[in-house]
Amino acid sequence: MTATSPANAGGRWRALSGIGMKAGRLLATVAVTFLGLLLVTFLIGRVVPVDPVLAVVGDRASQSTYDAAYVALGLDKPLWRQFLIYLGNVLSGDFGTSLLTKRPIVEDIARVFPATLELATAGIVIGTVVGIPVGVLAAVRQGGLADQIVRILGLVGYSAPIFWLGLLGLLVFYAQLGWVAGPGRIDISYEYSFTQVTGLLLLDTAMQGEWAAFGNVMSHLALPAALLGYFSMAYISRMTRSFMLNELAQEYVITARVKGVPEWRIIWVHALRNAAVPLVTVVALSYAGLLEGSVLTETVFAWPGLGQYLTNSLQNADMNAVLGGTLVIGVIFVGLNLLSDLLYTMLDPRVRRR
Amino acid sequence: MSAAATPSRRDWLLADRPASPAQARLGQAYRTWLAFRANRLAMVGLAIVAALVGMALFADLIAPFDPLRGGDLRTARLLPPSWTHPMGTDDQARDIFSRVVHGSRLTLLVVTLVAVIATPIGLVIGTCAGYFGGWVDTVLMRVTDIFLAFPRLILALAFVAALGPGIENAVIAIAITSWPPYARLARAETLTIRDQDYIAAIRLQGASSPRIIWGHVVPLCLSSVIVRVTLDMAGIILTAAGLGFLGLGAQPPQPEWGAMIASGRRFLIDFWWVATMPGIAIFVVSLGFNLLGDGLRDVLDPKAAS
Repeated sequence: MTATSPANAGGRWRALSGIGMKAGRLLATVAVTFLGLLLVTFLIGRVVPVDPVLAVVGDRASQSTYDAAYVALGLDKPLWRQFLIYLGNVLSGDFGTSLLTKRPIVEDIARVFPATLELATAGIVIGTVVGIPVGVLAAVRQGGLADQIVRILGLVGYSAPIFWLGLLGLLVFYAQLGWVAGPGRIDISYEYSFTQVTGLLLLDTAMQGEWAAFGNVMSHLALPAALLGYFSMAYISRMTRSFMLNELAQEYVITARVKGVPEWRIIWVHALRNAAVPLVTVVALSYAGLLEGSVLTETVFAWPGLGQYLTNSLQNADMNAVLGGTLVIGVIFVGLNLLSDLLYTMLDPRVRRR
Repeated sequence: MSAAATPSRRDWLLADRPASPAQARLGQAYRTWLAFRANRLAMVGLAIVAALVGMALFADLIAPFDPLRGGDLRTARLLPPSWTHPMGTDDQARDIFSRVVHGSRLTLLVVTLVAVIATPIGLVIGTCAGYFGGWVDTVLMRVTDIFLAFPRLILALAFVAALGPGIENAVIAIAITSWPPYARLARAETLTIRDQDYIAAIRLQGASSPRIIWGHVVPLCLSSVIVRVTLDMAGIILTAAGLGFLGLGAQPPQPEWGAMIASGRRFLIDFWWVATMPGIAIFVVSLGFNLLGDGLRDVLDPKAAS
């Protein structure tokens, strides 16, 4: 399976142009999807019962100020013109101004995004590093201990509200046991002991050698990251199990056994390498899924990321910020889906040939 | 039980050669039930869901206290779990157990309404796309993909933000975000049904497209879509609870489980039961729907079982 395909130049060229065509078609699909995303957020913005003009000028403005703002916002134009203006604004990176922070939404999102990125990345690392081995063990010994664990983890992961587990985690590991730090990203005493360069606090503190601050960041990150990691692990381990079951039933496994390859090598090298191709897709998808989990998790842990920004804006009826945040999350979601599709095409020669 | 009557009824149901269509249909249902009953976890799920329905129906009889009006604010606030208050009381001196019992009505209401709204939308869009093909298919599936491009909770959040908080709007928002997978599924099923001979036969008899879709395609898609909806119920409950937790679902005096967790969050560390108890309810009910859905899938849709 892992052997290279017939290496004549023509075949390879055809395979490459196949990727090109597939990528082209994918890009066209993605363009349409982005347009649709924009249309959805635009339409949601139009059905809001809040008068966008009043939100800008305040309710004590004179009629002439109101009219001027009405025209300035482009509300006198037909709906399709408004959409085109919106489209142009978004494409040039202008999502409007937040009512709450009085700053451009793009700046706000750029400021809060690293916090979410750090949290989601830590989560996916935990989910992958734990989930894949557990899933492999579950497949190797069906009905064994690891298999039961995967089942139970999966059921709990699909049934428990993430915000409730987060609160329980805070109660037990922070309040009772004192193993981890509480809500927030960092203690206030460490906040200015280093300069923020990337916004990823683990990276910043490590690069500047501020190990006390690094430890503090770690201790804040541990619980929310473990929580998100748990939810992605539930999914990743389940999928690993079914991919591995599929691979272990293949003939090359029997061949390897007959040749006397040690069992651990068959499992962890031969079969896992083949299962890894669809697993890349699964990991990318669950990384995207963490965006959703981060909205509730960040609210529970007072984590100053995109999710908390979104819920704060929601509770203050800051519609521009809500739509900007929704759009950014939608774009990342589509991007990750696209990435997983492309990776799959690149890694699996069978898909490429089609 | 009487030894004579039971086996004969059983034999009638399991007859190899049913004498009437009704007998065949009942027999099939009975066989499905037998297969379902053999799955112990699925029966646990069924019991949980039945308990939820029973709790919602008889909430007034089961709940020992009023879910909205609390007791004496000086003496009955934030009491720990005890025999009179099995789940303790909250900061308004209300009995949490009674609130959880009444909250089952809201949960059931949300789940039912979402299923009733989202399933037909998904079925209509999916079967039309699959049956007509061509540009109808392209347009409808593009729209479906766009809705799938947002994470579900985020899109629901945006819709609730636009419509305003409240349980009705939460239901609408969740329904709007729930139908795309059903449409995908119904389309896939329709594609395999569309070119069958019996559809061609009906078409030759002059049946109109709506009639074919409604009378012959939809019924065949129904069972797999229903399995999918049941599997989704837990997700719907979790999304509704999440919206409630963020203050966008049911509004405060209402005993919605997610909102109850949010209100108990402020004093989590000193009075743990206020936020914990409603969470247990959400967890158990979601677990019930997941177990039931898994069991239904194994029985009704053996192909999909992993």
